[in-house]
Amino acid sequence: MIKLTINGRPQTFDGDPAMPLLWYLRDDLGLTGTKFGCGAGLCGACTVMRNGEAVRSCSITMKDLAGKRVTTIEGLSPNGTHPLQKAWMQANVPQCGYCQAGQIMQAAALLRKKPKPTDQDIDSAMEGNICRCGTYQRIRAAIKAAAKEVA
Amino acid sequence: MSSVTNISRRGFLDGIFSAGAFVLAAQVLPKNAWGQTEEYAGKAAGALFHPSIYLGIEPDGTVYIVTHRSEMGTGIRTTLPLVAADELEADWKRVRVEQGIGDKNYGDQNTDGSKSIRGFFTAFRQAGASARVMLTSAAATQWNVPASECKAQLHQIIHTASGRRLGYGELVAAAAKLPVPKPETLQFKPKSGWRYIGDHAPNPQQIVDLADICTGKAIYGMDVKRDGMLYASIEHPPVMGGKVRSLDDKAALQVKGVRQTMTIDTFTPPYAFQPLGGVAVIADNTWSAFQGRKQLKIEWDDGPNAAYDSDQYKQYLLDTAKKPGKVVRNLGDVDAAFASGAKVIDASYYVPLLAHATMEPPVAVAEYRDGKVTAWAPTQNPQAVQDTVAKAMNLKPEDVTCHVSLLGGGFGRKSKPDYVAEAALISKKTGKPVKVVWSREDDIRFDYYHAVSGMYHKAAIGSNGMPTAWLQRSVFPSISAMNDASSVYGFDVEYGMGLNDLPYDIPNHRAENGAAQTHIRIGWFRSVANIYHVFSAQSFADELAHAAGRDPLEYQLALLGSGKVLDLKSQGVTNYWNYGEDYQRYPFDTKRLRRVLEIAGEKSGWGKRKPGNGWGIGIAAARSFTSYVASVVEVEVDSNGRIRIPHVYQVADAGLVVNPERARAQFEGAAVMGASLALSGEISVADGRVRQSNFHDFPVARINQAPRQTDVHIVESDELPGGVGEPGVPPIAPAFANAVFAAIGKRIRELPFSKQKLV
Repeated sequence: MIKLTINGRPQTFDGDPAMPLLWYLRDDLGLTGTKFGCGAGLCGACTVMRNGEAVRSCSITMKDLAGKRVTTIEGLSPNGTHPLQKAWMQANVPQCGYCQAGQIMQAAALLRKKPKPTDQDIDSAMEGNICRCGTYQRIRAAIKAAAKEVA
Repeated sequence: MSSVTNISRRGFLDGIFSAGAFVLAAQVLPKNAWGQTEEYAGKAAGALFHPSIYLGIEPDGTVYIVTHRSEMGTGIRTTLPLVAADELEADWKRVRVEQGIGDKNYGDQNTDGSKSIRGFFTAFRQAGASARVMLTSAAATQWNVPASECKAQLHQIIHTASGRRLGYGELVAAAAKLPVPKPETLQFKPKSGWRYIGDHAPNPQQIVDLADICTGKAIYGMDVKRDGMLYASIEHPPVMGGKVRSLDDKAALQVKGVRQTMTIDTFTPPYAFQPLGGVAVIADNTWSAFQGRKQLKIEWDDGPNAAYDSDQYKQYLLDTAKKPGKVVRNLGDVDAAFASGAKVIDASYYVPLLAHATMEPPVAVAEYRDGKVTAWAPTQNPQAVQDTVAKAMNLKPEDVTCHVSLLGGGFGRKSKPDYVAEAALISKKTGKPVKVVWSREDDIRFDYYHAVSGMYHKAAIGSNGMPTAWLQRSVFPSISAMNDASSVYGFDVEYGMGLNDLPYDIPNHRAENGAAQTHIRIGWFRSVANIYHVFSAQSFADELAHAAGRDPLEYQLALLGSGKVLDLKSQGVTNYWNYGEDYQRYPFDTKRLRRVLEIAGEKSGWGKRKPGNGWGIGIAAARSFTSYVASVVEVEVDSNGRIRIPHVYQVADAGLVVNPERARAQFEGAAVMGASLALSGEISVADGRVRQSNFHDFPVARINQAPRQTDVHIVESDELPGGVGEPGVPPIAPAFANAVFAAIGKRIRELPFSKQKLV
């Protein structure tokens, strides 16, 4: 029995402790905002926060989550009002949109650590998140815009 | 092409719209164009008839617009409804967009070929204008004034003289009883009056799914869930056409959550859209299905494609391109020019197989019940889903209902519904709704790959370094092999993408296509054969410019001459594909190509900085999907051969652009995709097995590798709308290679760059 918190709600898990968090979120809890992209921690589509740090939910198993706080895109803000979400909409970042929840969660973890990220900071933090549509320059602009709003 | 019909008075509407709704249908619409939300699907099932619906207005004023094209990131699901809403003078806040299901009555639903606006701009405009005219007429009758004294404005009809106003909802009952104006009598709003669309829209609108995407609520195929649904993952034959010789699934069935396995028959050639075959593991959740699959013990009968080796095949393509092939265009006599003793320059080029690698791998949910299938899929082509599922299960296409979710990327891969047929077959076997999930490894190993190609260019050089003759050959496995296993030559669609329409003003020109067998699934990938044809031709043009000691942009313009409409017919191109468009309406006008090149030169500051010492700038241009695009790529190459792309300039003449904001996004993304395939895109094959499997060995551009800044300039134009989804891709790779040459003097003739030694 593993106890953890997801988006502020306590949960208990008694399935296969080797199952990645991604499938618990998606198949068990129906939190489908977190996406399956590669299953190997290579694309970032499944990024969530664990105790405020960005992690790839496809590569974190349930047994690594006992007592941890997990935040998904659904829990980032009450009504899509996180500064990054607002900046993402303002800049019309998404094309297909499939990777964007992971991008936003990765960026949210970045801003927690570095409220004023440089281009180099953005490259380092975001290089693990692939966008096949190629929205990177808008992602960069939206992160900078959100950083400005927070400051 | 479309006619609008008033279907408001028919009783069968009761189940869908409220009894008083005003509903217009256009001819291109299906009989059951219901939106796919649960609420509407439920109502539709109870209706006696399934009338065509394109645009409807409820008595409360809510406007419903059905869109029948698939949303994979271009914004089309928003842009086409905006066309109708603008012409209707609707308040966009009161418009609801409904996604159409697959139905032949829609006409073409295959969202590919950058053709949604080209194909349906007029139909959506007519639907909106018809409704506006009828609402105006209804108001005028009520006020007993001439309709000419009334105008439509933001969901109201206004009598200008008296200031009286009636909302659209209030007019629905009366408008519904009126005849539909004949299309030829419709007066469209002047461009200056456009509210939501065009270059100067005062109220441009964002995509309807934007907030849902940014909050994780948007539903992609991967996110569809049905009650009692099982999850399946399939071990496909590692070699195309291979079959299961023996299966031991004992260990797989021991995995917790695994329920059963199922062998799926390998397709009978040609492969078309059929499932590949293999063994499915069916489980209670995705993870268990993946785990069970690892425990399968399968012996394969690989079949004849096990001998396929992409290194040998590459050599075959390059060798064949040096030999005469099938002539697909001929002007003058290149052989005489080559024999004349003129200086000759020649070069071979190569572009490997590429995988689409959509961020959402192929996935589908299907539910078989009582001889009918309902599918939910991220598909570019819901009618192909109907046909493919029906064929796989001996049903009629109309027994297959296909709901279209958002697509997590498409790029051509999701026009092929093999994965939906897999879900339907497994649902029938299990008696439950089934979701088939492809892993990333499945996606990379079992794609419908962008064709590998070998090309050869040869020119005879005359005065001023300009060519007097240009021979162009291309050899590639053809997409036509998808439907004809014996096909070894390309077809008009592939020829028309850069092989039989080289735009230069040269007296002697010949284009040829060599024969090549197909050993792996080939399909269309964003901009298709343009990728390799434009890469080779635009690289070669740059080589000729440098050989002549002339500036590449100035040389390009000289090659084009003063500009004209290409007369391809007189040069043996009897069936120029022209992206499916009539040549009279959409001629290939090289003046427009000149113009985008000139603008690209201005915007990029071409010629202001001398290239060299690791900094370079390159240019390339092409017409594709009836749009004209010039790309300038700026590069920095350091002493270790590491490449940065500080800036890309994309200049597009796409005719009338309905949604410039989304068009710019497409050209930004195209710069990234073009740079990505040039930098690192390669699928290779040994023993018939694809070597790559995930993003570690099939890298795609990341934020630190993509162009840092792409500036898009869209030429303001009243020409007919052209494509915007694909045309931004083809010139990027050659402009990039030309820039690298300018920076360090290294000519790259084979992609990807990552395989070349740069320094």
